[in-house]
Amino acid sequence: MSATANVQVDDHANDDHGHHHHKETFVTKYIFSTDHKMIAKQYLITGVLVMGFIGIAMSLLMRMQIAWPGEAFLVFDTFLGKWAPDGIMDADIYLALVTMHGTIMVFFVLTAGLSGTFSNLLIPLQIGARDMASGFLNMLSFWMFFVSCVIMIISLFVEAGPAAAGWTIYPPLSALPMAQPGSGMGMTLWLVSMAIFIASSLLGSLNYIVTVINLRTKGMSMTRLPLTIWAFFVTAIIGVISFPVLLSAALLLIMDRSFGTSFFLSDIFIQGEVLHYQGGSPVLYEHLFWFLGHPEVYIVLLPALGITSEVMSTNARKPIFGYRAMVASILAIAFLSTIVWGHHMFISGMNPFLGSVFTFTTLLIAIPSAVKAFNYITTLWKGNLQLNPAMLFSIGLVSTFITGGLTGIILGDSTLDINVHDTYFVVAHFHLVMGISALYGLFAGVYHWFPKMFEGKMMNKNLGYVHFWVTAVCAYGVFFPMHFVGMAGLPRRYYQNTAFPMFDELTDVQVLMTVFALIAGAAQLVFVFNFVSSIFYGKKGPKNPWKSNTLEWTAEVKHIHGNWEGPIPEVHRWAYDYSKVDEDGEYIIPGQDFVPQTVPLQEDEEELQH
Amino acid sequence: MTVVLTLAVLALVAIAIWQMTKIFELSQLKTDKSRAQIANDNDNKNNGYMLFAFMVFTYLITIFSFWKYSKFLLPDAASAHGADYDYLMLVSFIIIFIVQFITQFLLHYFGYKYSGKKGQKALFYSDNDRLEFIWTIIPVIVLAGLILWGLYAWTNIMDVNDEDDPLIVELYAQQFKWTARYGGTDNVLGGANVRMIDIDKANVLGLDESDTYSLDDVIVTELHLPVGRKVNFKMRSQDVLHSAYMPHFRAQMNCVPGMTTEFSFTPITTTSEMRMDPYVVDKVKRTNKIRAGRAAKGEDNSDPWEYDYILLCNKICGKSHYNMQMKIIVETQEEYDAWIKTQQTFGQTMASVQ
Repeated sequence: MSATANVQVDDHANDDHGHHHHKETFVTKYIFSTDHKMIAKQYLITGVLVMGFIGIAMSLLMRMQIAWPGEAFLVFDTFLGKWAPDGIMDADIYLALVTMHGTIMVFFVLTAGLSGTFSNLLIPLQIGARDMASGFLNMLSFWMFFVSCVIMIISLFVEAGPAAAGWTIYPPLSALPMAQPGSGMGMTLWLVSMAIFIASSLLGSLNYIVTVINLRTKGMSMTRLPLTIWAFFVTAIIGVISFPVLLSAALLLIMDRSFGTSFFLSDIFIQGEVLHYQGGSPVLYEHLFWFLGHPEVYIVLLPALGITSEVMSTNARKPIFGYRAMVASILAIAFLSTIVWGHHMFISGMNPFLGSVFTFTTLLIAIPSAVKAFNYITTLWKGNLQLNPAMLFSIGLVSTFITGGLTGIILGDSTLDINVHDTYFVVAHFHLVMGISALYGLFAGVYHWFPKMFEGKMMNKNLGYVHFWVTAVCAYGVFFPMHFVGMAGLPRRYYQNTAFPMFDELTDVQVLMTVFALIAGAAQLVFVFNFVSSIFYGKKGPKNPWKSNTLEWTAEVKHIHGNWEGPIPEVHRWAYDYSKVDEDGEYIIPGQDFVPQTVPLQEDEEELQH
Repeated sequence: MTVVLTLAVLALVAIAIWQMTKIFELSQLKTDKSRAQIANDNDNKNNGYMLFAFMVFTYLITIFSFWKYSKFLLPDAASAHGADYDYLMLVSFIIIFIVQFITQFLLHYFGYKYSGKKGQKALFYSDNDRLEFIWTIIPVIVLAGLILWGLYAWTNIMDVNDEDDPLIVELYAQQFKWTARYGGTDNVLGGANVRMIDIDKANVLGLDESDTYSLDDVIVTELHLPVGRKVNFKMRSQDVLHSAYMPHFRAQMNCVPGMTTEFSFTPITTTSEMRMDPYVVDKVKRTNKIRAGRAAKGEDNSDPWEYDYILLCNKICGKSHYNMQMKIIVETQEEYDAWIKTQQTFGQTMASVQ
């Protein structure tokens, strides 16, 4: 069926999806849909809007507690209830907020929300396929994700509180209910939710991989793929390689918690009694966790970088600089990302020699990252930059990616890590390089492909500008000073910093960061308003609003099952022929500074860079 | 009060946003309806200026943070390896700021300089092997230098050995306190395991009572170290992961239940010397001013502070993670000898309980 579409593009008769009208009910269209465009929107709304709202709101509560420790707030009383007696936040719930904020943002928003939305939307549209290889698996993947979201949210309401051992849930803290209240029912639900999440992620990733490999339209060779697809494709591969390891860690932890095994536990005396565990090691858990945990950073970041490549090239009206180098960097980052996990464990008690090896591989990964940053900058050089909100977010991404990435040189160096490990320096580093950067990529994607998701409607650009500029200023306002707090030696995950007089003078900067965070949070409401109102009242734009080369803009504006009314378009060139000129200095297509991928090579035109 | 203030700030921000959209909207009256939400020359110009302003902002916030917050940085390292650590940190930071300054400039300046205009032709420039080679090879060389230097330092720091007659000290972690154990006159720690903990007999660290090495061990809750003598720390935890973080000594190691971890350093500055360091004197002055302010308002946690080295817990360990600490005092050998003599040995404690 669609698998054969790429060899039969010119043959209408075999093109069963295009003209055939299904009877669709509300349930098959909006709920149990197998259409990749609808599934993308489901991911966007569940993963980004709902889970993102919860995750960001949690971070604001934490920031308020850190800036004004021990003060009573009405919002604490309202949202935390019994965990904020008289409006004063409890220490246990602070740790729970830290944990759930991390879990939700990393997994639910930036893994499922980002990859789920854009891989689903763009893979079929940009490679010229009618849908994913398996629409059913795709639907299953989303609904498993939905179930894991529901379980994770339910865990917020259990008697003893949600999981509170940090998003890395290191045992024994996460394994022993007597170590903290969150390690009871809350942790059980966390593990169940994550197990389902991993299954969902694997189903999704396998589908993406198969689709990219098998369903490319005629002429769409791997070297003609837009960089978005390269990024989603490689992200999916990393996911398939590393998520199963997290699943095994989670399963072993479930065994330790519920069935008395000792994979991660040994020699424990707690609350007046010795436990029976013998011979396990928490360090083993750390290895298993970070074997996923570090690639996870790139699972989050690569799609954002892919989106940036596409948005930046389109809006600069220039080809992406160094296409091949960009692909090579993605592959190099993907490969290296699976052998650097130990840099989270320099001082975990593992053999220091291993630390040396991981320092080496970690600093190596800075090289492809640097290449990417330089290539983005060169892409802007001598362009004709159309500063749409999506473009601004892409430029913002490069900025935070550099700022946050550079401090990785400190943290990746085992020696320097000794004194900044687990301090706010780390928090500042990873929020900039993966949190903020990935969010910028996500926003760039939403602004850019909103017309593709909602049948030609466009988001309001002025609200977009406000959203970007307020967010950009506040993000640096929060995280730049945070490096200094970390250098002062302040550990992360402290409920309050009042127990150490050496941190007394940090109070002012904590308040400053919190004010920036609150303003940034408010700016996201502008985005939500813009998003929702544009769905209903957005003005229709042109079919190809950004004058882009890629295939999705040749597909029907109206969402139909199968994407293209007629045959699937054939591809004749790469995606980046922007402002390409012939020997006389005239555009290839007169009066038009872009050449869509569907336009055959002109006479005497050279196909460059492939 | 803060709630009102916060709400006021939020309200003002909302008004500002509303006004900003108004201005943006007014600045673009005559446009084709269907292209209304696509950046036009005016948007490109305005946002180009904004990108330039943003570049200035990133520099300003950097300068501001250094001017205002560099006083937060830890004082000079109080351990022998700490000076090397600080130097490597300094060099890394210089490299980082050079790269940061240049790349952020190029990124935002290009954004401003090449902002779109009708009729402006972008340059079709898709590849340049030499350029790409240059900016691959420069990071390779710089990073190779940093890697080699870092690894050299790392190997030295992490080499815990028995040369130079080190003092052997055990750091024992539990929710939510630290305990230290000295090897005693023989400088050898007696065997121990959590299974031998006997609260009734005050054997709280699970020492092997039949092991003769343990009888002269000294168990304390304040860590005293003689200046200039290497200390080998053996770390244990009885319940969950903890991390022994001694920022003033540039030292940190996790405490892992079921295994013994190690770290070693030589303290080089006594507590009383550190208290006289002008940088520290200033810090104490500033802090005590804040604390005096609190005292005036009748709040707790406001007694004047004397500077001390501190051991903190730096791995999330439960409810009171934020207050798991132990004071470290570095003193002369004589002071240390006098202090350790006043402490009870494990054998004496056992005898007194029975």
